[in-house]
Amino acid sequence: MSLEWINLSYLASAILFILGLIGLGHPDSARRGSTLAAAGMLVAVVATLFHHEIITYQWIIIGLIIGTLIGIPMGLWIPMTKMPERIALSHSFGGLAVAIVGWVKYFEHLGHLPRFSMGAIGFEILLGTITFTGSLMAFGKLQGILSGKPILFRGRNFLNALIFIASLTLLVILIWDQNHPLYLNILVALGLILGVLLVLPIGGADMPVVICLLNSYAGLAASATGFALENNVLIICGALDGGSGFILAMLMSKAMNRSFSNVLFGGFGTAGSVAVKGGAAKSIFELSVSEAVEILRAANSVVVVPGYGLAVAQAQHVVRELADLMEENGSDVKYAIHPVAGRMPGHMNVLLAEANVPYEQLVEMDEINPSMETVDVCLVIGANDVVNPAARHNKSSPIYGMPIINADKAKTVFVLKRSMATGFAGIENELFHFENTRMIFGDAKSTLQGFVAEFKKS
Amino acid sequence: MEPSMTHSLIILAYIFVLAVFLGFQVISKVPALLHTPLMSATNAISGISLVASLVLAGGRYDSMSTILGIVAVAAATINVVGGFLITDRMLRMFQKKKKQKVSHESGMD
Repeated sequence: MSLEWINLSYLASAILFILGLIGLGHPDSARRGSTLAAAGMLVAVVATLFHHEIITYQWIIIGLIIGTLIGIPMGLWIPMTKMPERIALSHSFGGLAVAIVGWVKYFEHLGHLPRFSMGAIGFEILLGTITFTGSLMAFGKLQGILSGKPILFRGRNFLNALIFIASLTLLVILIWDQNHPLYLNILVALGLILGVLLVLPIGGADMPVVICLLNSYAGLAASATGFALENNVLIICGALDGGSGFILAMLMSKAMNRSFSNVLFGGFGTAGSVAVKGGAAKSIFELSVSEAVEILRAANSVVVVPGYGLAVAQAQHVVRELADLMEENGSDVKYAIHPVAGRMPGHMNVLLAEANVPYEQLVEMDEINPSMETVDVCLVIGANDVVNPAARHNKSSPIYGMPIINADKAKTVFVLKRSMATGFAGIENELFHFENTRMIFGDAKSTLQGFVAEFKKS
Repeated sequence: MEPSMTHSLIILAYIFVLAVFLGFQVISKVPALLHTPLMSATNAISGISLVASLVLAGGRYDSMSTILGIVAVAAATINVVGGFLITDRMLRMFQKKKKQKVSHESGMD
């Protein structure tokens, strides 16, 4: 196959990728979209196998087999609660592949690279290595191998800036005169270090933003590869991926009412933040399971607000079981999803979909808030900061201005919680002390199982 | 820089910029409901770096490049295979109300 035919195949696969992403615009067409994108990938890979520079297939086959053997379990058997970890890990694979391609390309063509290809390779390597170690760090934090707390040290921003400037300087030198293999290897090392340092100060609940940004970097790295190899389909896919990650990161930051720089350099929720402490111990109203179920039986409308605690407790199935019982009892049940609930965009939606919750019942924050006053019971499960009314009125609160789900406006609020411990932001939640709030302490899953058992009794 | 080089660079830049704009348009229409599948799908799509890795692993290079090529092919293939499989698995779960009633008795896992 000539290069022209390969390029035409790439055009076809680019069209399929774009049609696939358009399909993702609605749940009904999303599956077809994903299939179209997969077909696009198949077209691109098959066409590439006819590339004139490929002279032997044995190593390709070995690589494909290894990748497939690892890819299948990563696709089919990873539980939905582990999605953020899985996505972080695959970003690191993407970064690794791109960095390797750039590194080899440099050494194969050393001395003959046009300046602009050298620049593209430099960016490719820098972005690829940052994505590689940064995503591994994110994975470690999500998985609990590393502490989920922000790890801060004095002068970290200065150090990061220094490394970044040093990397760019090396890049400029290499573009000027590429015959410095040592400089390129230092660039690799700096990228790897930078990836670690950039994710180190970022706390667990800020992971949605970081995962999106790493997604964006992985895409831009692929685009840089496309520039280096003059390969259009790489440029297009990289741009789509980079744009997607960037948009999601912006949405997540907005949902936390924080800027990118605040998320990345802020070290949120540590010594600097103001703890809003009341003087004397405020009163709370505790409720037993049987009392709670009495109220749920009488409720016409119930809104469930899930948070990361739901994922930790793996309580998505039992929530649906309870919702089914309440619906049979004549209640209207909906789920209110905050954009940053969980550890990645859409985390809660996927978990609840896994438990066979129909997607019509999953309602976005802006959609549910206006009708919150008419809700009889708002059931807060494992969510904390996203329902803290302090975000609306307390200017001294670190989360002031963050859009929240107005759980407190419901007639009655049930909060399922392990203890009175604060959420990620380290702020006391005044919702717990409201007159219409009832606390039900215990592990979310066993509490909900108690609800279900009690409901079935009658 | 020779003229043809500049020319092709400009064309590549056109492609990149237009693709970024297109990506913003298409992706901002994806509902929050599907943001996790969107991430896994774009992740699978960015496994397109596989096409560059293939040329590396199958090319006429030294053994170091070949070994690295195999690693790159494997890493990109993990993303392509795993990414599309998990995207499809997730999207299969997003059901409408009717279907849910059928699977109602299927119980927990």
